[in-house]
Amino acid sequence: MSRPKSMLKPESESELRGIVAEASGPLRVMGGGTRPLGAPVEGEKLTTSDIQGIELHEPDALTMVARAGTAVADIEEALSMERQRLAFEPIDHRRLLGTSGTPTIGGVFAANASGPRRIQCGAARDFLLGVKFVDGRGNLIRNGGRVMKNVTGYDLVKLMAGSYGTLGIMTEVSFKVMPMSRAAGTLLFRNLSDADAINALSKALGSPFEITGAAHVQKEVGGFQKTLVRVEGTEKSIRYRCEKLCGELAEFGSCELLFDQDQVTKIWQDIRDVAAFENRDGDVWRISVKPTDAPGIVAGLNDAEAIYDWGGGLVWILLSDKTGINDLRRSVIAAGGHATLVRGDATRGAFQSAPAAVAAIEEGLRGKFDPRGILNPGLMRRTA
Amino acid sequence: MEMPSPDPGVLARKHELVERLKRVLPPEAVIHDPSETRAYECDALTAYRCPPMAAILPGSTREVSDALRICSDLGAKVVPRGSGTSLAGGALPTEDCVILGVSRLNKVLETDYENRFIRVQSGRTNLSVTGAVEEKGFFYAPDPSSQLACAIGGNIGMNSGGAHCLKYGVTTNNLMGVTLVQMDGTVIELGGAHLDSDGLDLLGVVCGSEGQLGVVTEATLRILRKPEGARPVLMGFDGNEVAGACVSDIIKAGVLPVAIEFMDRLCIRACEDFAKAGYPDCEAMLIVEVEGSEAEIDEQLETIIEIAKKRNPVELRESKSGEESARIWLGRKSAFGAMGMINDYMCLDGTIPVSQLPHVLGRMGQMSKEYGLDVANVFHAGDGNMHPLILFDANKPGDLEKCEEFGADILKLCVEVGGCLTGEHGVGIEKRDLMGHQYSNADMEAQMLVKDVFDPEWLLNPAKVFPLSTSLSRREPIGSVAA
Repeated sequence: MSRPKSMLKPESESELRGIVAEASGPLRVMGGGTRPLGAPVEGEKLTTSDIQGIELHEPDALTMVARAGTAVADIEEALSMERQRLAFEPIDHRRLLGTSGTPTIGGVFAANASGPRRIQCGAARDFLLGVKFVDGRGNLIRNGGRVMKNVTGYDLVKLMAGSYGTLGIMTEVSFKVMPMSRAAGTLLFRNLSDADAINALSKALGSPFEITGAAHVQKEVGGFQKTLVRVEGTEKSIRYRCEKLCGELAEFGSCELLFDQDQVTKIWQDIRDVAAFENRDGDVWRISVKPTDAPGIVAGLNDAEAIYDWGGGLVWILLSDKTGINDLRRSVIAAGGHATLVRGDATRGAFQSAPAAVAAIEEGLRGKFDPRGILNPGLMRRTA
Repeated sequence: MEMPSPDPGVLARKHELVERLKRVLPPEAVIHDPSETRAYECDALTAYRCPPMAAILPGSTREVSDALRICSDLGAKVVPRGSGTSLAGGALPTEDCVILGVSRLNKVLETDYENRFIRVQSGRTNLSVTGAVEEKGFFYAPDPSSQLACAIGGNIGMNSGGAHCLKYGVTTNNLMGVTLVQMDGTVIELGGAHLDSDGLDLLGVVCGSEGQLGVVTEATLRILRKPEGARPVLMGFDGNEVAGACVSDIIKAGVLPVAIEFMDRLCIRACEDFAKAGYPDCEAMLIVEVEGSEAEIDEQLETIIEIAKKRNPVELRESKSGEESARIWLGRKSAFGAMGMINDYMCLDGTIPVSQLPHVLGRMGQMSKEYGLDVANVFHAGDGNMHPLILFDANKPGDLEKCEEFGADILKLCVEVGGCLTGEHGVGIEKRDLMGHQYSNADMEAQMLVKDVFDPEWLLNPAKVFPLSTSLSRREPIGSVAA
């Protein structure tokens, strides 16, 4: 994707501060531009991708500090040299959204982008330890730090995670990293109904065997359905746990045990990136609900196809029939969860409506951090 | 400790306030007699005391909402209180405030093993949350030392940690949702039984906001299945630096123990005298615990012992049974009690990058000589959260002040090496005036903007967290104080 000439590309915090302070209109803030989520924003494009570089990696303290525009790939490479990784397994949106470009670490945290391992170790927001950001006035603000336990003052770090650049533009992030597992194994069940699959995943997640992935693909190409459970650790330990799990889940039929590392890696990358919906027609929704509510919501939709992750707590839905949108929203709200439009026309808002008091707090915060309303205005707009 | 002077206008309307509160709360839940309000004059930071104007003990979200609306109407400040176990003075009253205690809100509302959460009222104690789910083999992970007494509401206010955070995280990582009552009585739901926020992560900023943004009445907490087993290994070293280096080696090697606890000589000796745990006579000691099946534990401990051996330990004791494990933990768990037997002490709570451990321990030793006060160290080494205990004599004039000064210097050192003032206890009043060492005015301004949105009148626990001079214009807008 070629960038229009007008793209602002500050190379430093101070340059960015100047741009924001002097901006006369809205800015469309982004990292690598690979995650165009939320409602479309009119404004001058600004990317942080030139504010880059790893500033600190302390393998024995499990921490890294990097400028926001640093490519995720560069971070993963530096970590892998020390046999470490981003444990929350950030989704790469390029396949699902058909975008190109280079995902940045700032973008990962701005979208609170997590993958299958979120169910065991937490989301991107749980790993973010500290931020520096430029608010809507051009002030540079620091919050948190680079240590794992820190309750000094308010946790604006959490507020920045998943705020899509609407409260401030992150310039530097510090985050917790984790050791890579020696090996991973996966249990594969075939032909389970959605409800049985979620039951099986609940049972696995309620076991003492530290499941790091729990997914169900409703309609896999080839006609069969797949239910997947991942464990990670030393080779000895994963074999032990996989066999135990096979026994505990015997009521769901026989399962295959997969220990081929390349195959297991590929399976979970495909789940993480929602690869099954790549190049397929239809809107894509991301639903967050109580896992046992998920199969019922999916069953109520026409012409829909689902991929369940997080034991059913996250459902990706490919919706060919747009008339189903209202049913979808209604049933998700009734279940106490939320639905976000990830791919499709989001002009009227991608995020779900919220009670007035909650919406007022969000608006209040945006008004304080970005009083001129110039940072990705309307991106997180909620549908009426 | 400087506290804002009471608002005479509010004090003058005490009778009216009490009468209105009695209309929405059961009579026994409104405490206003000075002989009874004394029970709420302090929390676990007992050096500072001040009886509140009144204390209320609402029994439902509705009652909390009604009571807050009345306080808001009359401009009365409200200090929320869990079980009063804060070591930072988070629940310290002012003369003109109403203490809102959540002790009557102690029910379990919903337990859901399939979806792995429990919903409780916020006065429920931390340990009794685990108590409610352990018959099915589940537990609630954050385990602050005060877990027998401390309330979930207080845990959320302070974002409490514990010994097992290295693996399981702190409160914010295990909190899925809250029912929050704002100062004007508005009730909102944030999060729930699902994961991740549907908009801005308001739950994330509420957790750890020290009761300044709203009163949490209900919480949805993540519960986990207990591991098959857990066993520790005890290691003794002839120097703090070597023990610190061993912690680094273990983490760097890619093993992730569930806890790594550190004790120095002074602390080892005190614990040994107190609990007779059979600790070795050495300069520094680590307790490293791992979880899993028997075979998995063996495998991990083997790796850890292999690493430790390269640092020439003076003692290596791998637990082989539940009894041996209990003995290894016995001394550590009685550490604070043991120190209390030999001296008055002040417990600090700074966090440092693990890599700075040897340097910070060395500097602390020097400072201890300069101040002429002993300091004992017992802390969660894996995550860098230190709890230096400064020993002093409360009966010796000037000793407390000297101790506080020493403590402040240690916390400044923590910040200097890339750490922070408080890892799990909170700022409260204790570290309020040190905030400027960690954050610039712009940084603190950004935090205060959040309070402006949630509590525009600054009535909720207003004299905490931020230096009084920094928050002055918000707490006492010009022209607002009655003459």
